[in-house]
Amino acid sequence: MEKHNFVTIADLSKDKILYLIKMAQEFEKHPNREILKGKVVATLFFEPSTRTRLSFETAANRLGARVIGFSDAKASSVTKGETLKDTILMVSNYADVIAMRHYIEGASQYASEIAPIPIINAGDGAHMHPSQCLLDMYSIYKTQGTLNDLNIYLVGDLKYGRTVHSLIMAMRHFNPTFHFIAPKELAMPAEYKLYCKEHNIKFQEHTAFNEKVIADADILYMTRVQKERFSDLMEYERVKNVYILKNDMLQSAKPNMKILHPLPRVNEIAYDVDNNPHAYYIQQAQNGLYAREAIFCYVLGITLDDVLNDKTIL
Amino acid sequence: MDKKERLVAAIENGTVIDHIPAGKTYQVANLLGLQYLTTPVTIGNNFASKKIGKKGIIKVSDKFFTDEEISRLSVVAPKIVLNIIKDYEVIEKKTVETPDELRGIVKCNNPKCITNNEPMETVFNVVDKERGILKCHYCDKEQEIDKVNLC
Repeated sequence: MEKHNFVTIADLSKDKILYLIKMAQEFEKHPNREILKGKVVATLFFEPSTRTRLSFETAANRLGARVIGFSDAKASSVTKGETLKDTILMVSNYADVIAMRHYIEGASQYASEIAPIPIINAGDGAHMHPSQCLLDMYSIYKTQGTLNDLNIYLVGDLKYGRTVHSLIMAMRHFNPTFHFIAPKELAMPAEYKLYCKEHNIKFQEHTAFNEKVIADADILYMTRVQKERFSDLMEYERVKNVYILKNDMLQSAKPNMKILHPLPRVNEIAYDVDNNPHAYYIQQAQNGLYAREAIFCYVLGITLDDVLNDKTIL
Repeated sequence: MDKKERLVAAIENGTVIDHIPAGKTYQVANLLGLQYLTTPVTIGNNFASKKIGKKGIIKVSDKFFTDEEISRLSVVAPKIVLNIIKDYEVIEKKTVETPDELRGIVKCNNPKCITNNEPMETVFNVVDKERGILKCHYCDKEQEIDKVNLC
């Protein structure tokens, strides 16, 4: 059984991404199993997150694993000054796998180097969020029937938004055309535009956000302008209402277009969009369950074959 | 033979580090840990240099540096020449090669990087040797080699 870490999606090959998507598909068909019976999953959330944590914990529970952990650094010995290393090593005594979210960048990478058990990165600072990326890719695959040659429009906070950064890197295998729609202050950072150039990924930048600009999108990926990532709150106040999607902007949209959002949304998608068939952000969150079930199995060395031949389906 | 040449060749066995940019001489001494040596060390600074204007020279008796130690200098002074001396003769000249990885030498300038928040070594990958671009192995932020702070 070959165990793996799941720290960044950037070094996953095209085949590996498609493999994980196939696994997620199997879990969507039968999400309730006992394939992880006898395993203990630790969710260590040093930074608050309800959605991701509940999603990982549900995935573990629905596969028969037991869950331990904490949801806030204040509830752990971090308050006593314990190093990350000691926390990880201590928990590794108890659990078979750790899913961790941390406010410091590179924390999961470091944990994966010192832990004797697999580490899943549930988000590290403004750096990576690979499980979100996988569920985004799964959602794109499900709704478009393919990952290839799509027009993907990324809107909102492209500077601090780690989900869009991960998506660019993961999609490099599939010949996308990206459209970056953001105010100047939140524009896609130079290092990611350079990444696109180095990997021959086509992209265009826009500051305007209206019906005409988004008409050619296959995927419209909206992001929250994140107050907590701003050091200057006045800058936040200036841009927070700028890129709002309203129902009347969707009249020229392609029939296959889907609106994604990593959630939570503040006001960037108006509630009158929710009943529009293009809206997919709630189902997208549901896909998180299947993607995370796949991630747990992958890191613990359970193969797609094991899943296909799984006798523990409930 | 003029006096300067004789100065450079004056140690019997050891290493002479030449063409150090004058502002980096003491950083080079630190990086090589010269303050911990018990053998004779001569540090000269602000000498005239045709190549670089002003230079430093360090002569270290009875000490030969490993390739790993020399590669640390790539961060502060990539154009240094090391003269390996045996029996008063320069038997080998070594130049600094920028390695692919730098461990425990450069500080990450991202305050939110794990390396600045945990007792651990930094690890940098050299992603562009020509332009001197380093990338932190943990947080992926890039820095220019001549703008780094040392650990």
